[in-house]
Amino acid sequence: MVQLLLGWFDLQLIFTILTDGLIYGSYLFIVAVGMTVIFGVQRVLNVTHGSFYAFGAYLAAYLGGIWYEHELPDFGGFVIIFLAAIVVGVFFGILIERGLLKHLYGKDEHIVVLATFAAFLALEGIGLFIWGTDPYFFYQPQMMLGFVEILGMTYDYYNLSLIVLALIISLSIWYFLSRTIWGRLLQAVIFDREVSQAMGVNVTAVFLGTFILGTTLGALSGAAIAPTISVLPGIGVEVVVLAFAVVVIGGMGSIPGALIGSVLVGVVRAAAIHEFPQAEMFVIYAIMAIVLVFRPEGLFAPPAVRKI
Amino acid sequence: MSADKTIIGVTIAVVLLACANFFIADWIRQIGLLSMAIGSVALGLLVLWRTGLISFGHALFYGFSAYGVALLNYLGVRDAFVLVIVSAAASGLLAWGLGFLVRRYRAIFFALLTMAFSMILYGVLAKTERFGSTDGLNVHPPTFLGYAPVDQAAQITLFLFGLLVIYGLILGVQIYLRSVLGQMTTAVRENEIRVEYLGYSVEHVIHIKYVISGLLAGFGGAIMALAVGQVDPESMAYWTASGEFVFVAILAGTGNVAAPFIGAVAFEVIRHFAWEHGANLWQLIMGGTLLAIIMFVPDGIWSVLQRLVGKKDGVK
Amino acid sequence: MTTILEVNGLEKRFGGVVAAQNIGVTVSAGETIGIIGANGAGKTTFVNMVTGHLPPSAGTVKFLGTNIVGLPPRRITELGLCRSFQVPQVFLSESVFDNVLMAYGIAEESGFSMLRPLRNKERDARVRKHLASYQIAEHEETAASALSQGIRKLLDIAMATVRKPQLLMLDEPTSGISVEEKFDLMDIIMAALREEQTTVMFIEHDMEIVQRHVARVLAFSQGEIICDAPTAKAMVDPKVVEFVLGQEYHVGIRSDA
Repeated sequence: MVQLLLGWFDLQLIFTILTDGLIYGSYLFIVAVGMTVIFGVQRVLNVTHGSFYAFGAYLAAYLGGIWYEHELPDFGGFVIIFLAAIVVGVFFGILIERGLLKHLYGKDEHIVVLATFAAFLALEGIGLFIWGTDPYFFYQPQMMLGFVEILGMTYDYYNLSLIVLALIISLSIWYFLSRTIWGRLLQAVIFDREVSQAMGVNVTAVFLGTFILGTTLGALSGAAIAPTISVLPGIGVEVVVLAFAVVVIGGMGSIPGALIGSVLVGVVRAAAIHEFPQAEMFVIYAIMAIVLVFRPEGLFAPPAVRKI
Repeated sequence: MSADKTIIGVTIAVVLLACANFFIADWIRQIGLLSMAIGSVALGLLVLWRTGLISFGHALFYGFSAYGVALLNYLGVRDAFVLVIVSAAASGLLAWGLGFLVRRYRAIFFALLTMAFSMILYGVLAKTERFGSTDGLNVHPPTFLGYAPVDQAAQITLFLFGLLVIYGLILGVQIYLRSVLGQMTTAVRENEIRVEYLGYSVEHVIHIKYVISGLLAGFGGAIMALAVGQVDPESMAYWTASGEFVFVAILAGTGNVAAPFIGAVAFEVIRHFAWEHGANLWQLIMGGTLLAIIMFVPDGIWSVLQRLVGKKDGVK
Repeated sequence: MTTILEVNGLEKRFGGVVAAQNIGVTVSAGETIGIIGANGAGKTTFVNMVTGHLPPSAGTVKFLGTNIVGLPPRRITELGLCRSFQVPQVFLSESVFDNVLMAYGIAEESGFSMLRPLRNKERDARVRKHLASYQIAEHEETAASALSQGIRKLLDIAMATVRKPQLLMLDEPTSGISVEEKFDLMDIIMAALREEQTTVMFIEHDMEIVQRHVARVLAFSQGEIICDAPTAKAMVDPKVVEFVLGQEYHVGIRSDA
């Protein structure tokens, strides 16, 4: 017990936990932000988000494999990450929104979630058809950036760059929502769909646009993570629940909520891994359950959205 | 009265299956056992779903009870009756405790809270060495009130045992669903204010449904543990397991207490044959079927059967 | 006559806004009381506070000698204080028969007896009799969602009366009903209630209906009771004429035109 307490005052440990937590939190944020954007605008809890993640990772790893096989310049890997995200995002965004969700708006929310769950299962199967069961590796971008030693711990720059990516994404979304006309329109639709429609906002276009944005963010998260993992069947399955947890903790539809929720979960999980490894997974869902019990609207629910 | 029709039909089916049990191939009997387990959980979801609630976390009770069987094994308990009843009761108790929290929630919040609880269990099971971590634990072949069959006799006896349990569950749920308490389904779904002003607590109604539902999932998990002889977190407590239960419930429809079992048989048969062609086909079929059901047959297989038979009197 | 309801110093504030204050009223068994007042005068707030829908900010409500402030609606209902709603609260996808059947089931069973079957011959007969006394038996197979507003109001009130309440509060039973229909509707309701000798308080805007059915009037204005008197006296009370009837007559003229 004393040792444990001393351990907590260990600066190096605290630094390590905070850094690991920030890295994992950034990862969670990138994964969850697309889901929360879609929920905020369309009120759809989208299970297929896991598929976009998986397809983003697979496409990036697949293209990366070809790229590096031909010994093309290293930096190309980064281009591939964004390219894969956009290709997957636009393709699946249009496919799922126009092909599936369009028919479900206004239906019971359970039915919508279940339909996206069904689509998720089907996409998992299709993914297996396309990519097979063997793992794909796409480590070159990570290798290229190299490593750095901070306070005796080794970090790779690639992981640290995820923090930067998370910051860029959150700042861009913030700028888009509050400083551009399109963003204002989007907020109007979030606030009151019927009135916006009556005022001449093309809600159909806003929904499609938002969905593509959310899908692309989902695919980007997968593509950006791909260099740090082995890309295997089933990676999307885990991500769905993690994203659910973050979205619920932050408040469904709240982007600042997703950011804070991600960092909270990231840091708590990092602390658990260092001090009590058995609790790694437990803590994430325990936080989710606690938030639901005491603050079901989430830590940062956008109040205007919930008014109805 | 159609109450008797359902009970008579189920009784006949159970007797026929009990006889057929002695002649069918092992793999068919195994599918039957798995269907009983999955069907019990889906029956539990039916109880909630009639009130407009969907649990995305029923693997919690299923897995809890399945692990209960494995852990009781470690304590030296081998009798199927004790294993199943004690484990399922433990699940029911867990549902009772969590029910105090869960009963305040509706719609997607209900679904997400139940999912969070089930993922907590998964996190504990997958990370605890004593529970075998991700490998899980083995379950010994059970004895039946002192009778200890081996090989094929063991499976035949287990099948009979399963039928007995399922028969009891169906009768119990049917009686419940016809009672004043059980009939508060549409009422609670459509107008909670009116239910309160008629003089009953909506939260109480939901709490009871949640306990019954957890108990049924517990029976399912215990039967599954005995049928497959092992328990593991991935297939018994992960969110995908909960998803499969919801899938079966939707496939079956909520029209009748027997529907979840018919849905479960369909599910297990498709799974059996799809797996022969690989996992990818299975997921594709499952996803495609679920989409088709949601879009075109929202009341599930049972409604199709009803139309085929041409029965006009809906089961109330 | 025995006192069944005793309200003292009842008050409701929403932030800085006073929705009701200083409300005191005593009701004896067998009375029929009309609650009148302009929109926003606090009539529904009063009913909501007494029936447990809104927690009052201050004051007491004694029903049959028990303080019922803070009790949930279901407990108040069990004690014998029932209510209907301005917008009928029924189970829309169920038939009229099933709506009332459920009301009977909940009223007649409790604890473990809730596990008895909802339907039995005796209960069915009671439901039919009840439907007949509210003259909605011919609609028993119709889903509540397909009913006209008037019939749906009757159904709502029929569901509120299966317990044979000691006191029934009706929130605007004739709102949303055409002028031709509402007199018949009120006659049906009052006849059924008289048969059970139910004490009743109802909110009403139409003074003709008030004068026809009610012996005592509570007039509300700006969250307070400005007059509590026999009907004939209340109708000529200067405050009632100024704050309630003046506006009512405007409304009356408009809807008659």
